[in-house]
Formats: sequence, structure tokens, C-alpha cells
Amino acid sequence: MQLELSEEDQAFRQEMRDFFTTQVSEEIRTAVTEGRELTKDQLVESMRTLNEAGLAVPHWPEEYGGRGWSDLKRHLWFEEMQRAGVPTPLAFNASMIGPVLAQFGSEEQKLEFLPKTANLDIWWAQGFSEPDAGSDLASVRTTAVLDGDDWVVNGQKTWTTLGQHADWIFTLVRTDPEVKKQAGISLLLIDMATPGVEVRPIELIDGGHEVNEVWFEDVRVPGDHLVGELNSGWTIAKFLLGNERVGVAPVGATKRSLAYAKELAADLIADDPLLRARVAELENELLALELTALRVAAHSAGGEPHPASSVLKLKGSVLQQAVSELVVDLAGPGSLASGAGDDSDLDGWARRATPTYLNLRKASIYGGSNEVQRQIISRTILGL
Amino acid sequence: MDFTYDDEQVALRDAVKGLVGKAYADFETRRNAVAEDPGFDETLWSRMAEMGLLGLPFAEADGGVGAGPVEIGIVCRELGRVVAPEPYLASVVLAGGLVAACGTPEQRWPVLGALSAGDSVLAFAHDEPGRRWGPTATAVSAIDSDGSWTLSGVKEPVLHGAHADVLVVSAALPDGGTGLFLVSGDDAERTGYAAYDGTRAARISFDGTTATPLGAAGQDVTASIATVQDITRVMAANQALGAMQTALSNTTDYLKSRKQFGVTLNTFQALTFRAADMYVSQELTHSMVEWATMVVAQGDAEALADAASRVALQVSRSGRHIGQEAIQLHGGIGMTAEYAVGTYVAHLTMLDHLFGDGGFQLSRLAASVTEHGALDPLA
Repeated sequence: MQLELSEEDQAFRQEMRDFFTTQVSEEIRTAVTEGRELTKDQLVESMRTLNEAGLAVPHWPEEYGGRGWSDLKRHLWFEEMQRAGVPTPLAFNASMIGPVLAQFGSEEQKLEFLPKTANLDIWWAQGFSEPDAGSDLASVRTTAVLDGDDWVVNGQKTWTTLGQHADWIFTLVRTDPEVKKQAGISLLLIDMATPGVEVRPIELIDGGHEVNEVWFEDVRVPGDHLVGELNSGWTIAKFLLGNERVGVAPVGATKRSLAYAKELAADLIADDPLLRARVAELENELLALELTALRVAAHSAGGEPHPASSVLKLKGSVLQQAVSELVVDLAGPGSLASGAGDDSDLDGWARRATPTYLNLRKASIYGGSNEVQRQIISRTILGL
Repeated sequence: MDFTYDDEQVALRDAVKGLVGKAYADFETRRNAVAEDPGFDETLWSRMAEMGLLGLPFAEADGGVGAGPVEIGIVCRELGRVVAPEPYLASVVLAGGLVAACGTPEQRWPVLGALSAGDSVLAFAHDEPGRRWGPTATAVSAIDSDGSWTLSGVKEPVLHGAHADVLVVSAALPDGGTGLFLVSGDDAERTGYAAYDGTRAARISFDGTTATPLGAAGQDVTASIATVQDITRVMAANQALGAMQTALSNTTDYLKSRKQFGVTLNTFQALTFRAADMYVSQELTHSMVEWATMVVAQGDAEALADAASRVALQVSRSGRHIGQEAIQLHGGIGMTAEYAVGTYVAHLTMLDHLFGDGGFQLSRLAASVTEHGALDPLA
């Protein structure tokens, strides 16, 4: 048992801190810190800056750009990135399809897609959820039927995050309707520019355009864009979702939000004992979460996600939401002014507080809802 | 940074588990142990002494073993797992810790040597009726008549105070501040009783009772008391974690075996989800307890005070959550004294109120919340 980082890890942490705070554009980092929406160009620029330094996909296998870091180093990399306000690498690319292609893809697919995925030359979207297949992902109905060498895809995906920016979509499709529902699914890579693909925006409660419906009508996909074995989509999806859960406890970003809120509303907090207590309680819960993330990182073995990673997802989303709720309350009546422009007399953070709060309601729904996480904990860990 | 035990620590844990876990493997044995005075198993206490557990925190020169906080935490964790009623926290960690921190070498050797050998039980007489938690004393005052010290006033509740051979007593000093004194147990008027979890406590009154200053006479040792209390808080958190782990595992076992409406309880998602939330509380607490124990090892009093408050807040919240849910998920049987889970909850409640509950700690943390930016456990 030892609290201090080793000298090597301390130096690594400092190296990360120096890089993130000096090499990624200050304009982008300020936008992140202030909770402003980033443009596609900003997200691409930031990820390319990281990739150029070998910092976009360090968790991938080394032959595809990974760094072979310990789990602790990865944790420090991720925390320092969030602390500095650097946008984390696009999850669809870095945490989802990249590791999947490295693990299950053909040599041709790896060569073709992995470098472009790491550099965000291709912007990926996730085509998993459907209107009747949210948490019950195995119920997907979008079909892919072989016609000559091509797959012909028909169906509808939903909740496709940032699909309006996407170049390609990795898509769960039903390739065998006759077998048990988990056994008849495959993963297909689809170029969004293919005729028959249509993206329709979904308006959300925060007023932004973040998710979409994606419709497929007789979309022809080359046969070699199937990933892994035919009908192995469920196995691949489970691998992907396991990785996803590990990366969705945004401790660093939530800490940064809370520290920023304290700074902005310092006078208010100083004068109000109840607010001070709320902040102190959240800080303590975040500390417990961060220490748990460190404990999980220190105990992860063999690339398998630690079972307690469900704790991180569950508690991480709850705290992320709780901090955003505190910020709305700190903004008070100013939080109503979400539609005001820059000539408003109200502070920008106060005007953005409620859209952020409303937007973050998603955190306990996506990536396996918190009810799904409770199911995983009670079944897998507690054996109930 | 490393959250794992080394080989010796694993061996210690297994040895303590082997001794204490076996002694109280059956909850009925524990019930019998607390049924009669002194409220714990003196044979087991002797075995703990033979194994070196009672001398763990003390220097070899003082008759101890000279181990660190991680080792003491291991012992407390295992005691908590079986709600062992032995006075380890009160006698070794707290009262012994004060003697080690404030006593002269001439005092430390006999007092701590006897404690380590299992020949003497110590108690810290500090809490006073009507006062809440803190490191100072007011109701008991010390008088100095030409170098001959006497104490007057009442201390209550004093953990294991009725049975203790040596009392470490805090008292208001004539020139201000709080001093510590050694008093022979037999020299004070004592009324013992059992707390709701079976732990023994006492009312102790002093009426011109002869006392020996611990360390230099008349010295204000408030800061030392606060530090030893903080260390004890962290060790109490280790003990509470052990109790939470058992409370949860008993509950999951029960959900798997108990049938209602023709099926086992784990068929009902409303119940398994609540067990999952208990697990979340337990894991977050586990992380905080390991961290705070490592902060003790670093030896910085200011960092320790902060960590002690933080872990105590977490333990208070989680202990109540896990404890209350454990009883609820057991149903009526959880209310019975012959079934273990209720005693676990009672014990968690006792630990919560020894040194400042969640509200008290939160109040302390809230007072300084604007003085820092983001917290960094690795700073």
C-alpha cells in the first residue's frame, strides 16, 4: 500500500499536464471549461493534435498506435486531459470501433480504417439503438440480406449521437432472423454517403442537435465490410460495450465543473452554509469515485474490464448530473436566460447552466442505463 | 501508487481472520461473549496478545511491535467483519495511541508493555455529558497542589471504562488547555453498562482522585489528542468497512435463500437493485478507507485531519445506507437479536457516533470548502 505515485508516474503525469495545457488550442480548452458546444472542426483539430503526439489512442494494441501503458498511466492520461479542458478523443472512434477493429477486423479492414480512425479522418457514428432496441440491444430489427457480393440493408437506427457529422457508421444488423435473437446479429461498416442512407435530426430537451435517426433503404454495402464472423455481432457488441463503460466515469471533467462553479459563484457559496455543505458533500463523493477509479485501474488484469467498472458508470453519471444540477441552482433566475445572446447582462455560465443540466440527463441512460448497471452488479458481482 | 497488500500484510490478514474469524464464526458465540462482563472473550484477547496484535502500533522500545497503520487497519477490518466485541479500538488504538504520543519513555514502557502483553486493558476517559465531539475537556478539571495532581468531575460514556486497569483521562488544566492523566481504574468510581451493540461503556466520576500527568505536567496536549482521535477515526472506518462487507454478504445470501410467494427473493428486481446500490456504497467506502489509511501512514497531521473527516463522512453515509437496507431486505428476522444483521447495524451506528457523525464531519468540511479548488488525492 502506497499513496504516492512512483517517480516515473509523477513525471508522466507532469508530461501529460504540460502537453495538454500548452499544445491543444487554448480557445478549444476555454470553450470546454465554459461548457460551450464545440464545432466539428474544433473536435477534429483537437483529436489530430493528440494523435500527432501519439496521445489519441494509447489504449489500442501497440501495432495500431497504442502505447502499452499501464492502466494507471491511462487513467492519469485521461484525468489530465479532462482537467486541462481538452476534449476527450471521439469515443465512437477511440473507445468503440477502433478497439473492435483491432480485435475482430480483417487485415484489410485494419489497414484501411485504423489510421483514419485514430486521426479522425473518418468520423464514426454508432448504429446500435433502434426504437425497440435500447437497453434490450439484442432486439435489433434492421436487416442485412446478402445479394450477390453485397449486403442490402433496410431499417432504422436512433439516438445516433453526432450522426450529422459522421462519415461512416458501425451498425448492428440482423443477418439471421431464424435463430435466437442474440445469435443472428452481425456488425457492418456502412459509408454514410451510400445512396439510401438518410439522417434526420431529433430535437432534444436542451434545444441542441446532438442525436439523429438514421434510415437505411435498400443500402448496398460491400460484403467485405462485415466485421468478424457472420452472426458474431452480439459478441462484438458486448466487447465494445464493456470498453465503453470503463471510459464513461468522467471524474476529471466533473471535478473541473465543480471547481469552476465554486470559482464563479464564490461569494454566493461563501455566504450560504447549505450551499457550502452541498459542495462539500459532492467533493467527498467525487473523491470516493476517483479513488475507486484508481483502485480499479490498479487491479485491472488482462485487458478485461474490472467488474466494479459498473460502479464507476453508475456513480459517475449520478455525480455528473448532480454537479450540473448544483450549477443551475447557483445560477438561480439567471438560469432561465438560455435563449439570450451574447449581449445579455447575465454571465455565460449561468445562461448555459440549464441546457447542460438537461443534456446530462442522458448520462444515466446511454452506455447501458443505470438500471442495466444495477443488473450487472447484482447478477455478475453479487450473484443474485 | 498501490492499493494492494504486500505478502506480509496478506499473511497478517489471514492470521487475524484465522484467529478472530474462527472465534466468532458462529454469531451465537459472539452473543454469549457480550452477555456477561467484561463483554468480550478474555481468552481471545490473550491470544491476540500472543500473536502480537495488541502491541502492533507501539515501538519495540515500548514493548510493542512497531507496525504501521495498514497493519492496524487490517486487524480492525477483520474485527469488524465479525463484530468482535474486543476493546481493540478503544484500548489499543485510542488509549494506547495517546500514551504512545504523549507519555514519557518511563511511562510508555510499563503501560504499553502490559497492554501489548494482554495483561492490562486501557480506556480513554474523555467524553463528557452534554458535550459533543472534540479534543478538549471541560467537565473534568485537574488541580495541581505542589506537584500532586487530582481530578474532579464526570466522564461518560467511557468505552470499556468499568473494566479498564488504567484510565487515560483528559482534563481541563488550571492554566487553560487540556491535559492527559493516568489514573488507576480502581481509584475512580465506576458504573459499567452495555451499549446497544453489546460494547461496554461506563460512567466514571472523579472526586479529588489522585492522577499522574501523562508526559510533562500541565502541558496542553489538545493537538495530540486531536491527531490520535483522527487516527482512531480512520481505524474505526476500517472496522466499519468490515462490518458493512458482512452486512451486505449476509443480505445477498439471504436474498438467494429466502422464499416468498414460492420463489427466492432474488427473483424480485426491486430487491436486487437495492442490493446493487449497497454494493456501490461499499466499494466507494472501501476506496476511501484504503486511501485514508495510507494518509495516516504519511504522517502529516493536517492531511490526516482532512482525510479523517472525509472517510468518516463516507462511512457515516454508507454505514447507514447499508445497515438500514440490510435490515429492510431481511424483513422481520432482521429485527431479532438472535440474528446477526441487526447487531451489525447497531455496531455501525456505534462507530458512527464515537468521533463525529456524518453531519458533524460535513459541517467541518463545508467550513473550508471555498479554500481550495478541485481535490486531488494524489497531490
